[in-house]
Amino acid sequence: MRLTICWLYARTMNIYGDRGNVLALVERCRRRGIETEVVEIGVGEPLEPGRCDLFFWGGGQDREQIAAAEDLQGTKGEVLRAEIERGVPLLAVCGGYQLLGRFYRPHEGPELPGLGVFDAWTVAGSRRMIGNVVVDSPDFGELVGFENHSGRTFLGPGARPLGTVRIGYGNNGKDRTEGCRYRNAIGTYLHGPVLPKNPQLADHLIACALALHGWVGSLEPLDDALARVAHEEAVERARVERPTLRRFWPLTRR
Amino acid sequence: MTTRLAIVTGRIVAWAMRRSGLGGGTALPGLIALRLAPDLLTTLARKLPSGGIVVAGTNGKTTTARLLAESLRASGLQVVHNRSGSNLPRGIAATFLEVTDWLGRLDGDIAVLEVDEFALPAVVRAVKPRMLVLLNLFRDQLDRYGELETIARTWRRALDELLPDATVVVNADDPILAELTAGFQERRWTFGLEDPAVALPTLPHAADWRLCPRCGASLEYARVFLGHLGRYRCRACAFARPAPTVVARTVRQEPTGLALDVDWDTRTFAVRSQLSGVYNAYNLLAAASAGFALGLAPETLVPALAEVPAAFGRQERVRLAGRELTLLLIKNPTGFNEAIRLLVSTKRHCPVLIVINDLDADGRDVSWLWDVDLEALRVLSVPVSTGGIRSGEIALRLAYAGIEPCGRYPGVVEALDRWLATLPPDGCGWVLATYTAMLELRRELARRGVAVEFWAQ
Repeated sequence: MRLTICWLYARTMNIYGDRGNVLALVERCRRRGIETEVVEIGVGEPLEPGRCDLFFWGGGQDREQIAAAEDLQGTKGEVLRAEIERGVPLLAVCGGYQLLGRFYRPHEGPELPGLGVFDAWTVAGSRRMIGNVVVDSPDFGELVGFENHSGRTFLGPGARPLGTVRIGYGNNGKDRTEGCRYRNAIGTYLHGPVLPKNPQLADHLIACALALHGWVGSLEPLDDALARVAHEEAVERARVERPTLRRFWPLTRR
Repeated sequence: MTTRLAIVTGRIVAWAMRRSGLGGGTALPGLIALRLAPDLLTTLARKLPSGGIVVAGTNGKTTTARLLAESLRASGLQVVHNRSGSNLPRGIAATFLEVTDWLGRLDGDIAVLEVDEFALPAVVRAVKPRMLVLLNLFRDQLDRYGELETIARTWRRALDELLPDATVVVNADDPILAELTAGFQERRWTFGLEDPAVALPTLPHAADWRLCPRCGASLEYARVFLGHLGRYRCRACAFARPAPTVVARTVRQEPTGLALDVDWDTRTFAVRSQLSGVYNAYNLLAAASAGFALGLAPETLVPALAEVPAAFGRQERVRLAGRELTLLLIKNPTGFNEAIRLLVSTKRHCPVLIVINDLDADGRDVSWLWDVDLEALRVLSVPVSTGGIRSGEIALRLAYAGIEPCGRYPGVVEALDRWLATLPPDGCGWVLATYTAMLELRRELARRGVAVEFWAQ
């Protein structure tokens, strides 16, 4: 068995250690004897229908996010939407998540169009929401990560969140929702990176990818003792330092 | 009158703190004095006959400031220098207070101040430096600093605050800094590396700047020396690395430190240093360029650089319980990658302890560990253990890099002791630690009489 993992905008949207997610997917496949190929798809590079078994899309800075939004206007965006409809699993973190919604409205400048995969939209906020996050997800249990975003994402009536925030801000700091799901696509604000410390989520994506090839059954369990240690450690950090809204540095606030 | 009150109060607080053993008084006295007299820095900096020099950058500011301060001292100047690395306005104010007497008289000719990235505009506005040295801009503590573009915007404000006759000394190999200072032609000194022998085969994962800061197209690198530093040009517009004023033509790592051949004007200087690693080649080059730009005699400047030992937590060697330990501070992906490069290049097969904390000063977000190419450590094939508040996170990262962590110890001092006990009695070891972990280790070593406390150096 061989899976093709397509890493969208790997060169430009890879902030806060998001590549750890790809490392986790590849390594967890390798340990089970599943071969993987990681294909990086950058700005201006085509996306072929049927080529990818799993998508990963990380976060980026403003300039890179604008470049990606423009790149997805037209056929490439159409293909990505169709692939998600086909059931190809996808994990999008932060910037990628925002572009899968209807639009992103920045402080200034034109609105960035999104793919509209999620019934969600994002509005730039004045303060960043920063800190360790703990989320309760109905399907994946306790998820832990680190969030760092100024965009506030709001879910429409047709959207299904990834989970409920126990500690932290989540989508917008108001309604306690975190992330969004549609078919096998998952959008989230959880950096950290999210997959190594929440291996059940990584395995879910891998299982969905295998299912595309007609595979049924459950994945062989792996020794996740260290992942559990790192998970608990992160949850503990979230507990002791309940996040506070703050600007970057008190002395430069003037 | 408020200035006088601020000076007196600040000095009393500093004295009381040292007296009561609460620490070196590297911040609080300054914080209090600045509350009492917000323009204190301006008032005190104006008293410097030869003005101030401000050093900023994600990596290397402490080392570069130290190199420059020692060169100035060797040239006979009385230097005011925040050498403890306390680089926020409060720390800088405290530094000035230390050399100001009760009557407000300042004992110093020139100031060398390393400054926090985000405090740069405020400090430049207050101190009105004659020279600004910009080293590099890497991802560092993103939870605190936000995105790189935010820092770049902040630095643009700082550059706007400069007096019209101030000099800018800047790393030509950093595209964002080259673009930021493009308007300073006449007043700009640039420095860069040229030696292909120290170039990396590819742009590392942690490289931060892949797009042209002028037009947004992708950058093409003929050479990469460290992170995103190198010889670049834009694939679309005319933006390219400017030809450096001061160039390190060759960079050699020798057992005792670095040996550089530095070209400036029509001359070549053999610069030697006790420091190691490519990042320190940049620091040496920055200090040398600043010295040349200030008009220091090369005959004084070059030997002075060779005298400077490593700064706080940066490649310090200590002997503890018979073992020889080398301490390395790691702050961000690029610094961590460079530390690994150093470990591998020395070929010393000593066990490694990596101590990761996630307090404010370390950066609360530990995801940067996943941007580090820890896979490169595999070739050393030595046991690697972990410690600190996030010992589990780094252990997991190591496991995903194909390095099964051999021990995991919570805490910092406890980790050191338990790991030390696993080393052979006359063995060696590397200790890589984040900022607050290194601080804690240093305090403990000092308590045991092993190393001097960093503010007393």
